[in-house]
Amino acid sequence: MERDQLKSILESLLFASEGPVTIHRLDEVLEGVERSEISSVIQELQAEYDASGRGFRLAEVAGGYQMQTARENADWVKKLYRDRPQRMSRATLETLAIVAYKQPITRAEIEAIRGVDVDGVVATLLDRRLIRIVARKDVPGRPFLYGTTPEFLQLFNLKDLSHLPTLKEMEEMTLPEQEGGAPSAPPEETPPESSEQ
Amino acid sequence: MTTRVELDIFEGPLDLLLHLIKKSEVSITDIPIAAITEQYLATLELMETLSLDVAGEFLVMAATLIHIKSRMLLPPDESDVEEDEEGDPRGELVRRLLEYQRFKEAAGELERRDILKRDVFVRSPEAPEETETVGFESVSLFDLISALRAVLDRLPKDSAHQIVLETFSVREKMSQLLEDLHRRGKIVFQDLFQGAASRLEVVVTFLAMLELVKIRAVKIWQEEPAGPIVIAASAPLEEAHQKMAGEPIEEDIDGT
Repeated sequence: MERDQLKSILESLLFASEGPVTIHRLDEVLEGVERSEISSVIQELQAEYDASGRGFRLAEVAGGYQMQTARENADWVKKLYRDRPQRMSRATLETLAIVAYKQPITRAEIEAIRGVDVDGVVATLLDRRLIRIVARKDVPGRPFLYGTTPEFLQLFNLKDLSHLPTLKEMEEMTLPEQEGGAPSAPPEETPPESSEQ
Repeated sequence: MTTRVELDIFEGPLDLLLHLIKKSEVSITDIPIAAITEQYLATLELMETLSLDVAGEFLVMAATLIHIKSRMLLPPDESDVEEDEEGDPRGELVRRLLEYQRFKEAAGELERRDILKRDVFVRSPEAPEETETVGFESVSLFDLISALRAVLDRLPKDSAHQIVLETFSVREKMSQLLEDLHRRGKIVFQDLFQGAASRLEVVVTFLAMLELVKIRAVKIWQEEPAGPIVIAASAPLEEAHQKMAGEPIEEDIDGT
């Protein structure tokens, strides 16, 4: 098969699919074509889209490839969609981050980090299919262990979990932010908050 | 009679502590426990005044803070060393705050990514009308409470002794706020309270605003960190009124 023809076919396959397509799946469809060649043509397509200023890109998401609209056009695409925002609260986002980095993790372990009850937030995340029950922990009570889903990777445009932004080390965070030491005012100089009657 | 507002934007005692530490510009690893405890308790008191649901965890943390404060006053006890390595009664709390802050930052990193249906879109089997876009709340409850405190502090002190019988209903205030927002576009937080003559009116206005956030009729954000808090309508007026009608809103507060 000619490389140009392969490129055209791959473009059609990627255009026609609703979710991310894996190399494995493309390989199944394109019988007899080397995987390495598929990968290299995909990279060529990615580079072409990026360079040509088209309104779409080819992103690597959740272990596969998927066409996406260009980020700079987001406001226009949003106008096409009805403006009915489905918001994610800070609590939801933080809980999701804890599950993402610490998975598999139990609800009690999430609560230990957040310092609050997370029943409602976990239910919301399960409902939105951003997390799922992956197993039960081998401790008394056999609590559920939670992990993230492919939908989570898609929502945040992540290739896989190893591409999560690096979590800062605790030691890094204790370093003063400015050079010359952290401002540490003696307690008595901190103006007390006016309290309510 | 009290109005009890439960917020979906639920945040816990660790959030509040980090907020106070940041505001006081002190280091997490060297918290001035006495000052922070005082501010923590003052915020809890204000939350009670607003009848915000103060969950048990906040009270547990208050007890922890007071306990640490008392231990700080005692000379270091040799037998205590096992409890936390450095013998600093704040050790365990500091560790929890740092751990929690890591995940808060991680959540921030995630939020800055290209988010599906916010920054990038894919072909979907559904018609565009059916699809929802994703947004993130960007102002914390504690930011709002701090801003409210600033408004309350600026009220003339004697207004608490007015002998005018006034009744404000949260529902009425909600309607009024909606009308204002639709007429003026976006409004800066402080300006919501322009013309409010008493603490009661300020508090009712604040509660009305929270209810509107809760039913997703308005959105609140900050255009830059520590910048002014801005409020705007997020649904057509008619839709917002429908949502309001369908929402059980607690009874009026009487000005007494």
